[in-house]
Amino acid sequence: MIIIGERINGMFKDIAKAIKEKDKAPIQEWARKQEQNGAHYLDLNVGPSSPNPVEAMKWLVEVTQEVSDLPLCLDSTKYDAIEEGLKLCKHPAMINSVPAEMAKMERVFTMAAEHGAEVVGLAMNEEGIPKDADSRIALAAELVATADAFGISPDMLYIDPLVLPCNVAQDHGKEVLRTLREIKLISDPAPKTVVGLSNVSQGTKNRELINRTFAVMAMANGLDAGIVDANDDELMAAIASARIILNMDIYCDSYVDVFMQRNR
Amino acid sequence: MAVEILKEKYRSKVGEVVLGATKDQGGTRSHTITVGGESALPYLHFEGEIPNRPVLALEVWDMVPEEWDPLFEKYYGDVWNDPGAWARKCVEEYGADLIQIRLKGADPDLKDASVEDCIASVKKVLEAVGVPLIVVGCGKAEKDNLLYAPIAEAAAGENLLIGVAELENYKAVTSACMANQHNIIAQSPIDINICKQLNILIAEMSTAMASRIIIDPTIAALGYGIEYSYSIMERARNGALQGDKMLAMPMIGNVGLESWRAKEANASSEDEPGWGEQEERGVLWEATTAMAYLQSGIDIMVMRHPDALKAIKANIDDLIKDNSY
Repeated sequence: MIIIGERINGMFKDIAKAIKEKDKAPIQEWARKQEQNGAHYLDLNVGPSSPNPVEAMKWLVEVTQEVSDLPLCLDSTKYDAIEEGLKLCKHPAMINSVPAEMAKMERVFTMAAEHGAEVVGLAMNEEGIPKDADSRIALAAELVATADAFGISPDMLYIDPLVLPCNVAQDHGKEVLRTLREIKLISDPAPKTVVGLSNVSQGTKNRELINRTFAVMAMANGLDAGIVDANDDELMAAIASARIILNMDIYCDSYVDVFMQRNR
Repeated sequence: MAVEILKEKYRSKVGEVVLGATKDQGGTRSHTITVGGESALPYLHFEGEIPNRPVLALEVWDMVPEEWDPLFEKYYGDVWNDPGAWARKCVEEYGADLIQIRLKGADPDLKDASVEDCIASVKKVLEAVGVPLIVVGCGKAEKDNLLYAPIAEAAAGENLLIGVAELENYKAVTSACMANQHNIIAQSPIDINICKQLNILIAEMSTAMASRIIIDPTIAALGYGIEYSYSIMERARNGALQGDKMLAMPMIGNVGLESWRAKEANASSEDEPGWGEQEERGVLWEATTAMAYLQSGIDIMVMRHPDALKAIKANIDDLIKDNSY
């Protein structure tokens, strides 16, 4: 599973404060910590309360790239912020995210094609998040077809089937897992899949246990990437173990260390 | 309609290891040998690079190899009392790319040769030939651990390949190689997990050593589990090409040693009249074993019979020809 480190997000108080005060230190520390624990991408989100998301995103991209060579995942609903951020990225980035709504897809796929960026496509539209797998897959197919029309190969697309907290929408879990499997049948090459892992445990006790249980179940159903807490060692160990069971890495006694230390 | 040829894309490649050092580089070798560097499965030149030819070593002992089949006497009998002369014959007459000296005489149950004797044997070979050298112990860990450091130090600068490190016994040889900048053979018992784990342990002792490891996955001769070794090596190489850094090392195999253990190579023509002439049969057994391992991606093979070495050289000439399109 491709690990997208979730921690540089204005939803967290320390990051919101750092953005407000233009204090590089907390951003760079989290960039380093996530990279050291095995993240492949770093998600950057300025948070909902930022008064100037464009400037904030540009600043986040710059200060992160000062300390990390990892590709970035620019996470915003403000496409101007993403577009300005993309211009500063040293490596091809990931755009997070676009729903299956035509106007937004046009905007996002145009800039993705221009910058060679990957795109997270959400299996939702104006009507919200579907309840069952079939509707999610239909929206995924719409995303794939539209991306293709803009010259974006399906394997540049990460479909997020959108998982809801298991304490409020318990019936979605199975549907999401089925969606992950069936998305692979949409096209050849198939689109990739991603989940925002921590969503599944919002508002529950045992958050970490639920996160890592869902992570390995989703991997078994073909999940390619997760926006996760890369500093949750138990989660990373569970992912490393799932990779062994799925024959994605060759077993050796130190496999957990190898998985977590590969960026060090 | 044009046919689109599907080509596999690999994410990573095998690391390159240089053996030997010339005068400019602090050694006394006439040339160096680079192994590894493959970025595709064996000899699929159309999918990646096979930048270095696999190389063939012949083995020299520091004592008369009494356990070898008697037929080898006509090839090595005139020189096997002198490791230097033996090595020279292997290189000049039989065309070995490099020499592996096995310090068998150090075995406490055989000659129990002293550290000084072992150093002298290694020095004789270094003086006699210009090719890079592989040095392996007698196979008894307690004794070998006493040899590694002094030999590594005595041959400092020569960029030797020293073996063997094993999971239960890797520290002495690793530190000897670390201190004097030699390369190391990491040997695992036909086990991909131990192979990877051992590489990790060596790399933990020194990250610099990670790029100096040659994997010895332990090979078996034709008829004695060759398919088992082969599949382990295939898996290691696939792992390397898919980005597993702890398997991305060149590989070595003792083809001669293993092949001439097989009864198909050793049984006399009188004992097995239906099997054909013994020497020809033995050469074929060794050459066939070697050919199979070339297809697994092996980088260094230690051979025994000069005719088998010759046949495999010709085979390598064919394999290394560019077949890309």
